[in-house]
Amino acid sequence: MAGGAASGGSTQGDTYKEARNWLLLPAWVTLSILVLLPVLLMLVYSFLTKEFRGGVIWEFSLGAYDQFFFDRGLFGDEPPKLEWTYITIFWRSIWQAGLATILSLLIGFPTAYYIATRSEKVRPLWVFLITIPYWVNLLIRTVSMRFMLREEGPINNALVWSGLADSPIQMINTNFAVQIGLFYSYLPFMVLPIYAAVERYNFSLSEAASDLYASKWTTLRRIVLPSVRPGVVAGCILVFVPSMGAFLAPDLLGGAKNFMIGSLIEEQFKGNAGNWPFGAAASMILLSLVLIILTLYARQQARANKAGA
Amino acid sequence: MPQDITNAIDVRQAVKRYGDFTALKTISLSIHDNEFFTLLGPSGCGKTTLLRMIAGFEDVTEGEIFLYGEEIENLPPDKRPVNTVFQNYALFPHMNVLENVSFGLEMLGKSKSEARTRAGEILELVQLSQFGARKPLQLSGGQQQRVALARALAPQPKVLLLDEPLSALDLKLRKAMQLELKHLQRETGITFIFVTHDQDEALTMSDRIAVMSAGELQQLGDARDIYEKPANRFVADFIGETNLIDVIVKSKDGDRVLCEFPNGLTLTCDAVDEMDVGKTGHMSIRPERMKLHQTQVEAENFKGKVVENVYAGTDVQTIVHLQNDMKLAVRTQNSDTGKAMIFDPGTDVFVDVEFGSARLLAS
Repeated sequence: MAGGAASGGSTQGDTYKEARNWLLLPAWVTLSILVLLPVLLMLVYSFLTKEFRGGVIWEFSLGAYDQFFFDRGLFGDEPPKLEWTYITIFWRSIWQAGLATILSLLIGFPTAYYIATRSEKVRPLWVFLITIPYWVNLLIRTVSMRFMLREEGPINNALVWSGLADSPIQMINTNFAVQIGLFYSYLPFMVLPIYAAVERYNFSLSEAASDLYASKWTTLRRIVLPSVRPGVVAGCILVFVPSMGAFLAPDLLGGAKNFMIGSLIEEQFKGNAGNWPFGAAASMILLSLVLIILTLYARQQARANKAGA
Repeated sequence: MPQDITNAIDVRQAVKRYGDFTALKTISLSIHDNEFFTLLGPSGCGKTTLLRMIAGFEDVTEGEIFLYGEEIENLPPDKRPVNTVFQNYALFPHMNVLENVSFGLEMLGKSKSEARTRAGEILELVQLSQFGARKPLQLSGGQQQRVALARALAPQPKVLLLDEPLSALDLKLRKAMQLELKHLQRETGITFIFVTHDQDEALTMSDRIAVMSAGELQQLGDARDIYEKPANRFVADFIGETNLIDVIVKSKDGDRVLCEFPNGLTLTCDAVDEMDVGKTGHMSIRPERMKLHQTQVEAENFKGKVVENVYAGTDVQTIVHLQNDMKLAVRTQNSDTGKAMIFDPGTDVFVDVEFGSARLLAS
């Protein structure tokens, strides 16, 4: 993912160096205000004391993190035990997001491969078609997915009518519904990077593989996949990370049983019942988790590159 | 139809069409066992299409292809015991050299260690043993080319297909690789089918050459045949340099034909194609098959004036103006003794065409 910056201009010496710094200034300012500051604010909030009707008291406290990880009884005077409630929610978020990512990959890869192997004329049209659903608000799309999946919805009606099911299948308010919702929300983030990678792929490599007696499947596994891996990884990250923090799909399709981390955080900031430091702490824990996963991946990647060189 | 199992490849009435466009028009040819065979022609002549049909990358619209008597045109590429050296090499970038070369052997079911051992031997053959652990992008163009060659040779194909493999190399390396390929072919005893648009390359390396143009086979023969006895105007023009002159047949005397040039001069030559008196044709005279003299030595010598000399290292090309605006290019070998044969511009000379070196072509 790194290393794209050092392309043009650097050989020009100092002539453009100053200009380049000035040109980067708007990006730096925008990113600082919109990304860095809010995250820092949340970091600070997570170490403050909660105000009962929302908001914070400016007093340092580890209470939010303590509440996340430890159970000290109803009155807070018992010896601390590990609190499983939130860890369970985190764990559920990880595997829900993971399954949604796998589902997106299984559907997204063939889609991207198909588009990238069409003639150059029709490829933009296909990409455009992929993005069409995203012209509709995510909330509206998730609600309509709820209508699709409910007991009297078109899917169940079709199943019963065709005789594939005797009675409507419970789909809404299940993990399955959440995965479908997440998959539907983030599929283009899987398709587009893979499409870009497959489009750059040199198909004479596939010809060479089949010339050297590799079957179609072996060619895909040993030649195509390793070549387009950066696109696949980018797609997985782009689906996995927002899925982890998603709250619309879990709220609207999963019901109360299938609470995910995004909903937990959302609740802390909604209305007067919230707990801002706790929500901020949960956000920080989520952020750390994602960063740890990405760092591990980057390390492994660097090691693989070194081994190859 | 009984098949000749001693032929490496038999192409029977093969046609290739893409929609309305016909890339190959009914080609039939046989490639012998253990032969260095070249498909030669300008780009778009169908030579690469034919090669890809033999490899299995292109469907055959009509006709059949046999590999040592076995019909193969309906088999997928991975079921054909032939291997290809691709024009852009198509080396697997994420595998090192040894992995690239052993890939085909592994796919054939050889154990990993066996494949690696054999790949190591092949790398030795192309003098790349010490580069096994490198990735393809860490090699020079010439080295990548050898890896591609090693990778295609490793599974010991019955026929090796080479699709303009030398076109990306510089001249010196290309010349060296030409000889190396020829030696490899002898050493391995594998039939090579080599595609190129470079006639020098074709003449240097090939046992036999198929000259193609516009989806059709123009001539099939060894280097000497196609150079000295071109079958038609296209082959005469495409292979080497030649003076091509439109002629009319004036009279016939047995095997001898008297032809008249547009400028009124006449020349006697062998009748190769059956041509009646009064018919038009083309005459091809190679520049090196003419000599310049100060005085007339034969009755049919052409009188002319030297216009220009172009020094080209091994020889000198002289442009001679004949009567009525006709030009001839004459090549004279550069040597101390031959110095007398080179005349300054403006000198009046006589052009002597060796008998048998002017070739009359009907088409």
